[in-house]
Amino acid sequence: MVSICFYFQVHQPFRLQSYSVFDVGSKKSYFDDTKNRAIMEKVAHKCYLPTNALMLELLKKHPEFKISFSLSGVFLEQCELYFPQVLASFQELVKTGQVEILAETYYHSLSFLFSEREFEKQVAKHARKIKQLFNVTPTVFRNTELIYNNALAKKVESMGYKAVLLEGWDPILGWRSPNFVYQAINTNISLLLKNYTLSDDIAFRFSNKEWKEHPLTVDKYQNWINAINGNGETVNLFMDYETFGEHQWESTGIFEFMRHLPAALLQHPDNNFKFPSEIATFHKRDILDIHHPISWADVERDLSAWLGNNMQDSSVLKLYELEQEIVESGDESLLHDWRKLQTSDHFYYMCTKWFNDGDVHKYFNPYETPYEAFIYFMNIYNDIQYRLASLKRVNIQIKNERDVVKNEAINF
Amino acid sequence: MKVLMFGWEFPPLNQGGLGTACEGLVKSLTKQDTHVTFVLPRPQESMIPKCKIVSPMYKVITISSGMRAYHTAETYYKDVWKPKFNKLYGDNLISEVLRYADSIKDIVEDENFDIIHAHDWLTYKAGIHAKNISGKPLVVHVHATEFDRTGGNGVNQDVYDIEREGMHVADRIIAVSEFTKQKIITHYGIDPAKVSVVHNGVEFTDTYHIEPAKKQNSTVLFLGRLTMQKGPDYFIEAAKKMLHHGVDTTFVMTGSGDMESMLVEKVASWGLGHKILFTGFLRGEAVDKAYKTADLYVMPSISEPFGITPLEAMRNDVPVIISRQSGVSEVVNHCLKVDFWDINEMASKMISVLSYKELHSEMASNGKREVLNLSWDAPAQKCNSIYSSMLQKVIQTHG
Repeated sequence: MVSICFYFQVHQPFRLQSYSVFDVGSKKSYFDDTKNRAIMEKVAHKCYLPTNALMLELLKKHPEFKISFSLSGVFLEQCELYFPQVLASFQELVKTGQVEILAETYYHSLSFLFSEREFEKQVAKHARKIKQLFNVTPTVFRNTELIYNNALAKKVESMGYKAVLLEGWDPILGWRSPNFVYQAINTNISLLLKNYTLSDDIAFRFSNKEWKEHPLTVDKYQNWINAINGNGETVNLFMDYETFGEHQWESTGIFEFMRHLPAALLQHPDNNFKFPSEIATFHKRDILDIHHPISWADVERDLSAWLGNNMQDSSVLKLYELEQEIVESGDESLLHDWRKLQTSDHFYYMCTKWFNDGDVHKYFNPYETPYEAFIYFMNIYNDIQYRLASLKRVNIQIKNERDVVKNEAINF
Repeated sequence: MKVLMFGWEFPPLNQGGLGTACEGLVKSLTKQDTHVTFVLPRPQESMIPKCKIVSPMYKVITISSGMRAYHTAETYYKDVWKPKFNKLYGDNLISEVLRYADSIKDIVEDENFDIIHAHDWLTYKAGIHAKNISGKPLVVHVHATEFDRTGGNGVNQDVYDIEREGMHVADRIIAVSEFTKQKIITHYGIDPAKVSVVHNGVEFTDTYHIEPAKKQNSTVLFLGRLTMQKGPDYFIEAAKKMLHHGVDTTFVMTGSGDMESMLVEKVASWGLGHKILFTGFLRGEAVDKAYKTADLYVMPSISEPFGITPLEAMRNDVPVIISRQSGVSEVVNHCLKVDFWDINEMASKMISVLSYKELHSEMASNGKREVLNLSWDAPAQKCNSIYSSMLQKVIQTHG
């Protein structure tokens, strides 16, 4: 028996404006409304709307077909702001009962690595948003960019989650296969491991003409999945939803591929589709002990896409240093802005690792260089500090005025 | 392969990037088994020019001439003609260029070569003449056009005509950047297929061990001729903006040129003479010292066909901000790019590099790594294959 588990990540960051040193204190918005709207509209037309329509068609046609999504809070917020129709199409999918929603941090942040308190708040905020929009409560957790270690499993178990998704990365698995469920050490958490070969065949290699399997046909792919029968219980196909139509353009045939895939996979009597929460109930075959954080990004599968160079490290640390002051300020809009700056993409844009090669980092970078990404971020950070300082001044003033009134009352 | 090359200047007697570029190119060409005979105008005041002999496969021939690199019709008159009333040379720059072209006849007849390679307009006439005498193919190498030098205002028609003629007569054209190739296509009516882009390389030979000076505050460096093309006026405007913003920085303007007095006066009228300093023209060790003392290098050129100085700064661990209107911006990534006219953006980025030490260190270390990989070997290889394809064509046409 092979249970096929589809999980699609749906996320868009609030990209920053070209924020100059001279803009600090000017009340200029941090976020590039025009660009964010334009990107949402572009991706909606290329990916979200046509893919959701296709998925709806498939879910209706095959009652056994199931998929799952993780939708970041900042994505949902941008849907509401720029393109409510996209949100409605996701809601329609969820109504079929054949779609599961996963838990994540509202801000698609790296908060787990820097502040557990902040992490908890963002997961809770995300859960509230999902409940409000979809009327469901997720039970399976996926962290930003599948960043995972033992401590994360422990943490989310304490928050009531049953399972966590992570990369099925060979160094952590050794001889073991990603096509079984494992247990996180010292917890009851079920671990669902991404089969990165079969996932990336669709997400990255589908249109790669250099790839020896190109073109990827439904027949071929069906045979690879069927071959797992007998040596695996699940195959976890985890990928960005933007694979459909945005990373792999419509002209590559990706939509036609997906259109025929569920029926083809269901031809085999031992194949079925399951939600992550259902896979989580499978027997756990072994224990995984992962101290050092891994992720699903780049060839290194570590944190080096977001952290590691001087700019990334210092900006993220500085941002989290403000936590106490921001929370205590009680200023909701300041808090929200500060949290939107935590979105992992801002640090990804500062990555210099592959900048010379002009690869995917460059493609997804809205700024010309990682240096610009850092400059705008830090100028905005300085404005956040400026706002904090002004709030303090105002508070001191109010307190002083109160004291004056009190003293006058006493004197009287 | 044997190349007869016409240039204007060669280190150590060079005033700008052209001489350095020629040296780098010639060195790598000779490494790749190409013989170069370099023909050079000889300034009157140094009768025996001490050109560096970079390889046994390289020799220099000089011709006495009043023309000098970066001369314009006006400066030629001022420097050469007026003070000396020298009847040896042409009475204006154009006639001197023509006289120079005529005087190469003996060299062309004596030398053995397959290809003629002429660097920039002063030598195009000589290149054309050599082609006419020898029947050998000519490649002109465009390091700058009249549109770069004048910023498009007040293009000298005589210079333009020579440039245009050179480009049209040439069998092939080498442009130092896409930026320059576009200028050649747009302004000179050349078929794009005839123009190949060969980006300059950079080679670092003079290594002075200079300790960075101890300083109170940060220093931003401008290094280049103080002429319109280099955008020094935009630089001082951005400097003023920063100083008014309260940034404690010293701005160093290194170089000389026709805008010098205007710039000095402007800075004085702002009362910023103590913050924006003019050093005059520097060479050799003093240049390296200027880089070493700087915390940031800015090249605000309004039209820079290539621009080698940012690479020299990067090699000295100095972060750079360069104008997008430059060829060098096509080859380096680890820098910041601005439009020369956007003074706010330029000032904002300068402040950022000076105030965020993490940015400074990342740009400095990545920039150095990047620039050390830019040698002259690949550009020389491209030149060699251009030569080969030109000879191929000659054989086809005549065979």
